[in-house]
Amino acid sequence: MEMPANTVKNDIEDFLKDTGFEATIGLEVHCELKTATKLWCSCKNSFGNEPNTLVCPVCLGLPGSLPVLNKRAVEYAIRIGLALNCTVQNSIFHRKNYFYPDMPKDFQISQYDIPINADGYVTLPDGGSVGIVRAHIEEDTGKSTHFSASGRIHESSATLIDYNRAGIPLVEIVSAPDITSSEMAKAYVTELRNIIVATGATDGKMEEGSMRVDANVSVKRIQDSELGTRCEIKNLNSLRSLGKAINYEIKRQVDNILSGQKVVQQTRHFNEDLNQTVTLRTKEEAEDYRYFPEPDLVPLNPGAAWIEQIKAEMPPLLIERRRMVQDLMRETQEIDQLQSAIAILVDLNLDSVFKQTVGIGANPTIALKRLTNEAANAVEAARNLNPEQFAKLIQLETDNKISTTQSKTILSKMLENPDKTLDILISELNIVSFGEAETTALVEQLIKDKPDEFERFKQGDDKVTQFFIGQIMRLSKGQANGKLVTEILMKKRNQF
Amino acid sequence: MDNFFESAYSIAQQIKDNSITSKEVVSKYFDNIESKNSELNAFLITDKQAAIRQAEIVDQKIQAGQQVGTLAGLPVAIKDNICTDDFTTTCASKILREWKPPYNATVIQKLISQDAIILGKTNLDEFAMGSSTEHSAFGPTKNPVDPSRVPGGSSGGSACAVKTDMASVALGSDTGGSIRQPAAFCGIVGMKPTYGLVSRYGLIAFASSLDQIGPFGKTVKDCALVLNAISGHDPYDSTSLDIKSDDYLQYVDRDLKGIRIGLIEEFDEVLDVSLRENLESATNLFKQNGAEIVKVSLPYVKYALSTYYLIAPAEASSNLARFDGVRYGLRVDGDNVEEMMINTRTQGFGQEVKRRIMLGTYALSSGYYDAYYKTAQKLRTALISDFKKVYDQVDVIICPTTPTGAFEFGAKLDDPLQMYMSDIFTIPSNLAGHPAISVPFGTDSNGMPLGIQILADGLNDSKVIHVGSALETLRTEG
Repeated sequence: MEMPANTVKNDIEDFLKDTGFEATIGLEVHCELKTATKLWCSCKNSFGNEPNTLVCPVCLGLPGSLPVLNKRAVEYAIRIGLALNCTVQNSIFHRKNYFYPDMPKDFQISQYDIPINADGYVTLPDGGSVGIVRAHIEEDTGKSTHFSASGRIHESSATLIDYNRAGIPLVEIVSAPDITSSEMAKAYVTELRNIIVATGATDGKMEEGSMRVDANVSVKRIQDSELGTRCEIKNLNSLRSLGKAINYEIKRQVDNILSGQKVVQQTRHFNEDLNQTVTLRTKEEAEDYRYFPEPDLVPLNPGAAWIEQIKAEMPPLLIERRRMVQDLMRETQEIDQLQSAIAILVDLNLDSVFKQTVGIGANPTIALKRLTNEAANAVEAARNLNPEQFAKLIQLETDNKISTTQSKTILSKMLENPDKTLDILISELNIVSFGEAETTALVEQLIKDKPDEFERFKQGDDKVTQFFIGQIMRLSKGQANGKLVTEILMKKRNQF
Repeated sequence: MDNFFESAYSIAQQIKDNSITSKEVVSKYFDNIESKNSELNAFLITDKQAAIRQAEIVDQKIQAGQQVGTLAGLPVAIKDNICTDDFTTTCASKILREWKPPYNATVIQKLISQDAIILGKTNLDEFAMGSSTEHSAFGPTKNPVDPSRVPGGSSGGSACAVKTDMASVALGSDTGGSIRQPAAFCGIVGMKPTYGLVSRYGLIAFASSLDQIGPFGKTVKDCALVLNAISGHDPYDSTSLDIKSDDYLQYVDRDLKGIRIGLIEEFDEVLDVSLRENLESATNLFKQNGAEIVKVSLPYVKYALSTYYLIAPAEASSNLARFDGVRYGLRVDGDNVEEMMINTRTQGFGQEVKRRIMLGTYALSSGYYDAYYKTAQKLRTALISDFKKVYDQVDVIICPTTPTGAFEFGAKLDDPLQMYMSDIFTIPSNLAGHPAISVPFGTDSNGMPLGIQILADGLNDSKVIHVGSALETLRTEG
């Protein structure tokens, strides 16, 4: 019995409630580090180049070559560990042995029982928490392209391999099995991504494969104390796939148990076209990786002084940057509704320009809204906004000297023309200020011109309000502030 | 025999003095190669034209009064598991039969920068796994002292080449005795330096934590000359030691006053009469010349061989995984990639290599790792602490290099355990990462050369050269 692909969140929740099951999920997130060079050699770490142009004897694993650890990769791994509240410790490298053509040495250098980062946690925006078991360093493999209908190597007539990716540094972040739903998994990956991107160690681009997720999913009856048998779903490369694969897998496993079968421990692959997970290999077929300490490398002992230095030189943590914005907004009434805008502001790296603009005296709520809505379409330009000019613009809007529409129009021009002052932009755009005095004058003129309509308005015909606003917008060539027009009209009605 | 060939150091001096040209020297060595190699099979490949060309360049430099390196014009042989971009590098394996590396090993760069002339590549047991050079895919090398006997291994080609004046000095690699044992069998000097003193970059790995490149020479002084050239920190090898460089030539020809020499109790029972007598006469020479002899104990040394035959194959099973037919070397087709890999490895590797890959794979398998690999690592640590205690009492240890002289072809081929026993005295230094040298001393009942081995603590390479050179002097005087 297959579950429809578009099963929504509530369906799976209801399904679990009805059947009395709960899910336990742990995620392994691989992220590529943004070092200039690869993990063991000085080949460039770069995406999208001609195949097999960024290779040397070391990353091709040629006989006789030896790895030398990239110091910057260690620094980046430590940044990630610190940002995930991990203990950064002395560690060693292991070899993980298995045969695969895109792995030049037929073993992967990774970390096994003693990883560089251990025992951390991620706090989710809703206040929940997911434990981090470890965040260790390892090397990426090359990239295979198989010529077969299934896209699998065994049926393929040929396989092309690009070793440019071989030896690119990765950090694998292993969560505790603290995740209970696909929604929580997505929230965790989103927050994790934001945290590690903010460290500058990785760019977290799932679509380019610089961040990949494996999900371990098991189900059990709520009253059972022991966890169920888990299945691992490999290589999920979007949040959408992650959510769908987990929901499919939960349903599949519960159905399995309810129909009297056992869940078989296996590695599965998520087929995006079918929206199903399919078996890759069972436990019996699983490789014995024959881990042993890598004899070509020495133990990695970063030392307290270096860790402290990395901590000191690290960009501020995501959570600290959000707190800084929240502090600047503490006077604001609607701060609770603005939390997600604050998160977006920080993720877009617009918190610095925000801080400067508000520091000059601009209204924080308006600054936040403009930066996370209008300016978000031109993030690069927005990061380079002149805080003084931007603050002046917000002040005009705050003082009702210009309308919200006018303010947005000016901002978009300001983003396109970073060198022009606010005054020049206003004159170039022919922005006319319709403040209280100007608007009152227009309203009074209109009342004089349309006495009949004003009579009907006074008798409570609210439809006429729209007529008056329309007329004034036309007269002002769209530049009047609708809110202000309404206010003045109401005042006039009460006067007469 | 022409005395000319007896000292590479002196040849180097003559070339530098312009009393002989490098071209003449190289030609003399090629005369020997041409007359002897077809029978002895020491070299797998040579390039006379290239060697002569390089010799001429060195000669021009010298005649022009330019500065030249310490090995200027000296003909050198290289074991064929060290990468050279001018020669194929085969590891004496079918799987790499035609493979030519796109790069030079660090030691090759160092030799070239000292103006050495590389003659060619020498035979070995496939992937350096063996003690007789019988496991070469390209036929065995013969012992020049008695061609019905093995030259030892795995660096049998290099030892044979130096012994027969087909090269003035040579490089080998020593994972469990692969330099010292063939040096002893062929009657020349072979040295395994401290692990990390010489870069392994470009040495095709057998067992990474044990492998070390070292020199062969007719004399200890020749080995010191080569060690000066090839040692030193290499940023391309993470296990390379970053220490102050030393001039090893200064430790040659010193006296033995105040030197404390240890004899290992545990080896007493494994020595047969002739070996014990040989060791005793060496000991007496040392004693008569001012050294103090101390009995020492290494309780864990009896586990060394077993420890080695877990660790070395385990690392080898992983190091040799890359020979899968995908990227370079032999490829034997199959219906799918897995079959292709299996066919390639089945046909590409010889018996002994397969045996060790299987041993190592087994030792690392889940469920066996703790019992085998992990236990072996603990014993290795225990042996190291044994050595540490001993080196508080003595400067060096002496023992035979091998339990017998060179044996006849085929004698141990069907009995791997007997073959493995050949390395019983050499393996402890590899496990500890310590330096050791084999100096020719005495003969066995068949008249085959024997070696006395001098062992020292890590980074005390100067001491094995010092005591080794003294033994050499006492032997000729005695």
